[in-house]
Amino acid sequence: MSAPVDRVIVANVSRRRFLQGMSLGGLVLAVGYPSIARAQEAKKYGADGMPNGWVDNPLAFVSIAEDGTVTIVCHRSEMGQGVRTGMPMIVADELEADWKRVRVAQATGDEKKFGNQDTDGSRSTRHFFEPMRRCGAAARTMLEAAAAERWKVPVSEVEAKNHEVVHRATGKRLGYGALAKAAATQPVPARETLRLKDPKQFRYIGKGQLKLVDGRDIATGKAQYGIDTRLPGMLYAVVARPPVYGGKVASFDPAEALKVPGVERVVEIEASPPPAHFNPVGGVAVLARNTWAAMQGRRALKITWDDGPNAGYDSTAYKASLEESARKAGKVVRNDGDFTAAAAGAAGRHEAEYYVPHLAHATMEPPAATVRIANGKCEVWGCFQSPQAARDLVAKRLGMSADDVTVHVTLLGGGFGRKSKPDYAIEAAVLSKAVDGKPVKVTWTREDDLHNSYYHTVSVEHLEAGVDGQGKPVAWLHRSVAPTIISTFNPAAKNEAAFELGMGVINVPFAIPNIRIENPEAVAHTRIGWFRSVSNIPHAFAVQSFVAELAAAAGRDPKDFLLEVIGPARQVSPEMLGDTWNHGESPERYPVDTGRLRRVVETAAREAGWGRKLPKGRGLGIAAHYSFVSYIAAVVEVAVDDKGAITVPRVDMAVDCGATVNPDRVRSQMEGACVMGLGIATLGEISFKDGRVQQNNFDAYEVTRMVGTPREIRVHIIPGDYSKPMGGVGEPGVPPIPPALCNAIFAATGKRIRRLPIRDQLTV
Amino acid sequence: MIPLDINGKRQNVDLPGETPLLWTLRDELGLTGTKFGCGMALCGACTVHVDGQPVRSCITPISAVASKKVVTIEAVGADAVGKALQAAWVDKGVPQCGYCQAGQIMSAAALLKRTPKPSETQIDEAMNGNICRCGTYTRIRAAIKQAAAQQGGTR
Ligand code: FES
Ligand code: FES
Repeated sequence: MSAPVDRVIVANVSRRRFLQGMSLGGLVLAVGYPSIARAQEAKKYGADGMPNGWVDNPLAFVSIAEDGTVTIVCHRSEMGQGVRTGMPMIVADELEADWKRVRVAQATGDEKKFGNQDTDGSRSTRHFFEPMRRCGAAARTMLEAAAAERWKVPVSEVEAKNHEVVHRATGKRLGYGALAKAAATQPVPARETLRLKDPKQFRYIGKGQLKLVDGRDIATGKAQYGIDTRLPGMLYAVVARPPVYGGKVASFDPAEALKVPGVERVVEIEASPPPAHFNPVGGVAVLARNTWAAMQGRRALKITWDDGPNAGYDSTAYKASLEESARKAGKVVRNDGDFTAAAAGAAGRHEAEYYVPHLAHATMEPPAATVRIANGKCEVWGCFQSPQAARDLVAKRLGMSADDVTVHVTLLGGGFGRKSKPDYAIEAAVLSKAVDGKPVKVTWTREDDLHNSYYHTVSVEHLEAGVDGQGKPVAWLHRSVAPTIISTFNPAAKNEAAFELGMGVINVPFAIPNIRIENPEAVAHTRIGWFRSVSNIPHAFAVQSFVAELAAAAGRDPKDFLLEVIGPARQVSPEMLGDTWNHGESPERYPVDTGRLRRVVETAAREAGWGRKLPKGRGLGIAAHYSFVSYIAAVVEVAVDDKGAITVPRVDMAVDCGATVNPDRVRSQMEGACVMGLGIATLGEISFKDGRVQQNNFDAYEVTRMVGTPREIRVHIIPGDYSKPMGGVGEPGVPPIPPALCNAIFAATGKRIRRLPIRDQLTV
Repeated sequence: MIPLDINGKRQNVDLPGETPLLWTLRDELGLTGTKFGCGMALCGACTVHVDGQPVRSCITPISAVASKKVVTIEAVGADAVGKALQAAWVDKGVPQCGYCQAGQIMSAAALLKRTPKPSETQIDEAMNGNICRCGTYTRIRAAIKQAAAQQGGTR
């Protein structure tokens, strides 16, 4: 879900530099204006490399009311990863705030003020841990300065502690509420002068003690998602969209739709020809007094579609064409040693091909957005992973300045990359404009969501190895063929981008002297987008399955063999692996550390009781993958019954994501990644016929349910050091799961799965 | 006019009788805690109680619930079982995005009212119609067990 490409385009839209802050009633500290000066010349990494980077100005993030209530702004979107708890917790810890008196406010889309808000790429914590700490420390310093001034003592004699400032010598104390007004007039301390806590003093960070800030609201039905927006006089809209990518309305007749009780208007949305970018695909909208009436109206529309050039897209034929490409040489993207010569001279040869289909995010909350336009201003409400993109693109479509567009970010009922693309906000904007600015909410049905997604790519991964007398690989060839996400922005793009290759195909840190990675071309026929874990899914599935296949051929234990292929603990420069992307992180700060990869393999194996005796029909499988600068290994225990039905009693996952802010949320992300990974492995497939998606709803596009969920998912977090760079958490848990499951199935049954989803491949 | 009894409040709605309860709750009555996920009784996000039974409100026309007692997530906490479940949900940190959780809690509440001491299998079966795309199922099981234990139902 990392978005270097789209943001290049999005960032071209001009924006006003200064924006009014949100007004939080009764708050004393004014909202300020961040001043950041950073070097422009050098290549930037991490948060520095993202549009609008980071902001650590306490005036933008912290406000304190006279009753002592501390309000902390969360500028990243909450979609289940716990960011509305985690980010404010970092600030509160350095601020020495009492969590019970902390409130969390959600930032509007405003990157000039808050820094980058693209909530994707598993990077909120690793990019904002330091800025948020500084934010809290700066606010704490201002409170201390205000107290020292009040008491007329040197600031070195006072100390902030648990929501009050104490004068050490006299024991005098003043609460944060009493100091708020005076603190607000203190100068914001210079970044270099800030005193950050020793991690030993953390009260919340890393402890896993705090409950979710939204937990209670969620459990009582009060939490507000994008789909829940209601405004006075609002119309509810659904849109009939072209069923084929690049198609458009040839003609339509609204007459029957307008007869449906409750239907008020039928409005055509102009098609945007490919490339899709984040534009709506066009279609015909029905606006009504409620969503149901709109849906009934849509059913009554008579539309003739012009399907356009992708009408022939057929997944069966496409798979065959990908296989054909995968069997021929393609663009060489990494070449160590001489694969051809080494393979020719090898004691043995192995070859396998793996297939992973398109997938749809199927967030439980389908896309939804509401727009109102009044007095030259536009307001947008919705579930956006990239609120600034929503703001810029709505402004562009309406011909307004982004300054006049405010994007209110609700909770997201799941994101997984789908909600990085604000096409649904633009739809709502177009419709609101068509009804003179009246508020309009666009709701996508599940069918809409599955039929007009930005799909996970579809890929064939072709692997070949030459092995020595012991069965150890000495030559490795990987051809990865998949339509690229870039095609959504540039239809001429036929090769995987650096950021896709850097997701586990090019940057395999294996101790193999001859490695050749090729990327033959593939043409996209639908919108390809970021899906949680992105290209790591097919790459890890292929690579980790193939290593296990080689282990089996060599008659070796798969875990020992995997460790041997990884080789000894060492730090490998991503550049040495041909990876120019490195998840956007500095190659010096974030080398590929095979010691960490080994350690998660060893930890997962040990905790899972690797090698334990299992009854017939049961097996253990292992896989490890490095992505989003984190290291994760999984051991899956599978049970396959005599009819071929699969159950997964237990999964052990070892995670090294560096130091953690909220270990309970690291666990929950791993649990969720495990469940999603099992769904990808066993059930999930989006397929096309005649250019149309064949799955309409959860009956055909199946996802893991409770019955398919392991009885136990055990997460083992490798302790980290706060002085070292952090890794991602939201995505890296998914990729090792499908290969670990398929390796377990092999152990249990001797049957090797090379095509996902497994569905009935084992059924006898 | 169709007479509805929602969370103990009686009101008449002026809508076609085939209008699903889900959209009536959400769009007409402003009770947005009940969620839309599929519209076809496939995901459980829209689960409410009708005369104590769990029902998928997305396929339930309002004509079918006229004068029956409808309870939604907004009011399920009014009794001990609902309250215990909501507390267990918070305590176990069940939600990720949270979107499915209203439906999950409504299904769980119906289960515990029917079967105060559910077995693992009974939990799995009762909850299998509720999809959680975030994959919180292991914690949902744990929270149901905790709430059941608190209600005196342990196994
Ligand atoms: S919305 Fe009713 S079951 Fe899915
Ligand atoms: S918590 Fe996100 S769908 Fe269940």
